[in-house]
Amino acid sequence: MTSAPWLSLSIWIPILFGLAVLAFSDRHAAQVRQISLIGALLGLAASLPLYAGFNIQTSAMQFVEISTWIPRFNIHYHLGVDGISVLFILLNSFITVLVVLAGWESIKQRVAQYMAAFLIMSGLLNGVFAALDAMLFYVFFEATLIPMYLVIGVWGGPNRVYAAVKFFLYTLLGSLLMLVAFLYLFDKSGGSFAILDWHKLPLALTPQILLFAAFFLAFAVKVPMWPVHTWLPDAHVEAPTGGSAVLAAILLKLGAYGFIRFSLPVLPDASHALAGFMITLSLIAVVYIGLVAIAQTDMKKLIAYSSIAHMGFVTLGFFIFSAYGIEGALIQMVSHGFVSAAMFLCVGVMYDRMHSRNIADYGGVVNTMPKFASLMMLFAMANCGLPATSGFVGEFMVIMGALKHNFWIGFLAATTLIFGAAYTLWMYKRVIFGAVANDHVAALKDIGAREFLVLALLAIAVLGMGLYPLPLTEVMHASVNDLLKHVAASKL
Amino acid sequence: MNFNMPSLLPAYPEIFLLIMVSVVLVVDLFLPQRLRYITYALSQLTLLGCALLTVDVAFLTAGRITPTFGNMFVADLMGHALKLGAYIAVATTLVYSRAYLADRGLWKGEFFALVLFALMGMMVMISANHFLTLYLGLELLSLSLYALVALNRDSALSTEAAMKYFVLGALASGLLLYGMSMIYGATATLDISQVAKAIASANPNKIVLTFGLVFLVSGMAFKLGVVPFHMWIPDVYHGAPTAMTLMIGSAPKLAAFAMAMRLLVNGLLDLAVDWQQMLVILSVLSMAVGNLAAIAQTNIKRMLAYSTISHMGFMLLGLLAGVVNGNLLNAVDAYSAAMFYVVVYVLTTLGSFGMVMLLSRAGFEAENLDDFKGLNARNPWYAFIMLLLMFSLAGVPPTVGFYAKLSVLQPLLAAEMTWLAVVAVLFSLIGAFYYLRIVKLMYFDEPTDNALIEPSMDMSVLISVNGLAVLALGVMPQSLMALCYISIKSL
Repeated sequence: MTSAPWLSLSIWIPILFGLAVLAFSDRHAAQVRQISLIGALLGLAASLPLYAGFNIQTSAMQFVEISTWIPRFNIHYHLGVDGISVLFILLNSFITVLVVLAGWESIKQRVAQYMAAFLIMSGLLNGVFAALDAMLFYVFFEATLIPMYLVIGVWGGPNRVYAAVKFFLYTLLGSLLMLVAFLYLFDKSGGSFAILDWHKLPLALTPQILLFAAFFLAFAVKVPMWPVHTWLPDAHVEAPTGGSAVLAAILLKLGAYGFIRFSLPVLPDASHALAGFMITLSLIAVVYIGLVAIAQTDMKKLIAYSSIAHMGFVTLGFFIFSAYGIEGALIQMVSHGFVSAAMFLCVGVMYDRMHSRNIADYGGVVNTMPKFASLMMLFAMANCGLPATSGFVGEFMVIMGALKHNFWIGFLAATTLIFGAAYTLWMYKRVIFGAVANDHVAALKDIGAREFLVLALLAIAVLGMGLYPLPLTEVMHASVNDLLKHVAASKL
Repeated sequence: MNFNMPSLLPAYPEIFLLIMVSVVLVVDLFLPQRLRYITYALSQLTLLGCALLTVDVAFLTAGRITPTFGNMFVADLMGHALKLGAYIAVATTLVYSRAYLADRGLWKGEFFALVLFALMGMMVMISANHFLTLYLGLELLSLSLYALVALNRDSALSTEAAMKYFVLGALASGLLLYGMSMIYGATATLDISQVAKAIASANPNKIVLTFGLVFLVSGMAFKLGVVPFHMWIPDVYHGAPTAMTLMIGSAPKLAAFAMAMRLLVNGLLDLAVDWQQMLVILSVLSMAVGNLAAIAQTNIKRMLAYSTISHMGFMLLGLLAGVVNGNLLNAVDAYSAAMFYVVVYVLTTLGSFGMVMLLSRAGFEAENLDDFKGLNARNPWYAFIMLLLMFSLAGVPPTVGFYAKLSVLQPLLAAEMTWLAVVAVLFSLIGAFYYLRIVKLMYFDEPTDNALIEPSMDMSVLISVNGLAVLALGVMPQSLMALCYISIKSL
C-alpha cells in the first residue's frame, strides 16, 4: 500500500478541474474539452491505485483518511473503502471519462459549465462512496443534486424544467428524512457520526423500523423502487445523453449503496422484519416495470424502465440475505453501470444524428451504420442478460440465491430473462433491422473514431466482466461476508 | 448620600456611536450633494470604530459578563459577537445601497443618520439587562426604521408600508410593555437578572406571571415576524425601497434574537415550560404559512419576506429545545444553534437583497421573479453567487444554510421532539421549491432583459465575497459554530 491519499485525490482532482474549467468562456470550447478530459483521466488515474493496492483478504476499511472536520458535532473527514465501495469509485471515474468524451461534439452551448457540472459531480460521487462519516456522506449525497439539477435543466429536452424540479424535490424529500434519522442515531450513539460505530449500536425494534422507513424513503427514491420511481423516466428522457448515462450508471447506485451501507448493517432486525415488503416491491419492479418497458415508444424511456427493472433485481438480491444474493446484486450494479451507460450513449449517438428518440422514426439503421449496429447488439444482449456478457453473471447469481430462499420468488425473478429479452430485442429489431425506413435513416453516417472508442471501451468492460468476473468477485468477497455477519446479528 | 460614577467602559461603542451620529448629522448639513460621499465615508468609519471599540471592550473585560449603569446594561460575549455581526451587516447594507439610493434621489444625509440611530437601538437592545433599557433600544430601532421606510416620500407604496409598519409596530410595543408591567407586578422588579431570581426563589403569582409572559412573547413574536404576528412583513418588505428592506431584514434580526435571549433565557428561564409551548405553535405556524405563501409570490421581495417568516420559525425551534423536563443539559447546544441560524440567515439575506439591488438600475426595479430570467446567460458569475445564496436558504449542502438547519435539528432530536424535526424538514422541502424556482429562472430560461449589469467595483467585490462566504462557511463551518457556542456558553 502506498501512502498517497488516493481517495482524497480521486474526489478533489475532478472537482478542482471542474472549478477551473468554469473560468473559461464558450470561445475557448476546445481548450475546455481538453482540460476536462485531462481532469477526468487524472481522476481515473487517482482511483486506479485503489484497486491495485487493495488487500482482498480483509473486510476492514482501507486507504483510510481521517481528520477532524467539525468538532462541534464530532464530524470527521473520514474516508475509506471496502471491497464494495471501491468498485463504485472505479466505475464512476471510468464513466466520467466516457461522459466527457460523449459530450465532446454534441454539446455546443455553455460547454464549460456542462463539463464542470460533470467533473464536480464525479468528485462528489466518489465522495459519497468513500465517506465513512454519515454527515460527510450526507453532504456529498445532497451536493450531487445541484449539478444534476442544472444538467437536466440547462441541457435537457423540451420538458426539462418539470423533470429537473421533480428530480430535485423527489430526492430531497427522501434525504431530509434521512437527515433526521442520522441525527437520531447521532443522539443514540452518544454523539458519533461514524458509520462503523453505528454498525455496533444496539437499537430496539420500533426505532429500527422507523429509521428503516426514513432510510427507505431516501434510498428507495434514488434506486428507484416501485412506486417511487416516477421521476426517473422523466429525468432520463429530458436529460442530455451524458446526464442520462451518469444518472443510470452511478446516481441510481447511490440508493442501493445506501441500503448496504446503512439499512442492512445498522438496522438488521428491521431489515429482516421488512424483508418481505422489500422483496415484494422488488418483484413488482422486475415484473410490472418489465411489462411497462415493453409498451414504450420512446427509446430513452424504454431504457429508463429497464433500469428500474434491473435495479429491482439489485434490491431483491440484498433482501434475501445470502452471499449469492448480495454478491449477485453488487455485480448486477456494476454491470448495469456499464450496460445502461452504453445503451444511453447508443441512443445519444442516434439522437445526435436524427434528433428523435421515437422508435417509430427508425428502422434499418444497420444498413447505414453497421459498426454501430454491431456494438449496440452487444449491449442489447447484455441488457437482456445473455451468458458471456456482464448482465448474465449478476442476474444468474441473484436468481440462484432467490431460488434457494423461496422457489416462487426465484421463479418470478427469473421472468426478467423473458421480459428483458422481449423489450430490448424488440426495440433493437425495430430500430436496427428491417428495410431502411426513411430518407433520414438512409442519410445516416456511421460512428466516428471518438464514438467508436467510447462504445468499444464499454464493450470490453461488458465482455470482460461476463467472461471472467473473478477480479470483481474476489475484491468484494471479504466485505460481503462481513456484511452478512452484521445482518445476521440481532441488535435487540 | 454619595454618587458613584458608573463604569462607562462596557458602553464605549454606544457612546462613540452617539457622538459620531451627531457629527455625521452636523457635517452633513454643510455638504453639497456632490460631496455626500463624505457622509458615507464617515458612516463607514464610524462602524469601523465601533467594531474596534467592541473588540477592545471584549479584551478589557476579558469576555466576562460586565454590568454597568446599576445593572441596566451589560457587556458580555454574546453581546460583543452580535454587535460585531450587526456592524458588518450595516456596513454591507451601506455598500449595497449606495448606487441604488443615488439612482433614486434617496442619497441623503438623513439616511445615514437614521441607519446609525437604528444601529444604536440594536446595540442597546443587545446589551440590555433591564426591561426599560430593552424597550428604549427597541423603540429607537423601530422609530428609525419607520422613518427609513417612509424616506421615499413620493412613493405611495412606501408611505403605505411605513404607515402599516408604524401602526402594527406601536401595537406590538404596547403588548410588550403590558407584558413587562405584568411581570413587574408579579416580581416587583424590572431588572432582568432580578426577575430571574424572584421567579426562582420567591413565590410569585403564577397567573399574573404567565399572563405577562403571553404578552411578552407576542410582542417579541411581532418583532421577529412570526405567524400570527407576521402581517406587516410582506407589505413592508415589498413597499419599502430595497435598500431599506435590506436594512430591516438583516441586522435587526440579530437584535431580535438578543431580545429573545435576554427576555426568555436570562429572565424567564424558569417559565420555560410555558414559553416553549408557545414557541412550538409560533414556529410550526410560521414554517407552514411562510413556506406555503412564498410559493404563490411573483415579486421576489415578497417571496423573500415570506421566506423570512419561515426562517424565523425555524430559528425558534432552537430556542424551544433548550430545557427538557427542567433539565438544562441541552440548553447551550440549542441556543447556540439558534444564534448560528440567525447569523447565517442574516448573511444570506444580505446577499439575496443585495442581488436584487445589483440587478436594479435607474428607473428600473428588479423586483419581479421574471427579472432573474436568464441571468446565467447575462452574467454567469452573479448567477452563480445567487445560486449559492438560494441553495443556502434552501439548506442544501455544501452551503452554510445546511449546517444552520443541522445545528437546530440536532438539539431538537436530543430533546426527543422528533415529530417537530420531521415537520420542520417537510416544510423546508416545500421551501426548497421556490428557491429552486429562482435557480430555474436564472439557468433554464432565456433572458428577456439584456441590459448590461455593471455594478460598482466595491459592490461587485462585496457581493462576491458574500456569496463565497456562504460556500466557504459551508465547507468550514466550525469557526462560526464555535463562536456562537462560546458566546452562549458564557451567559
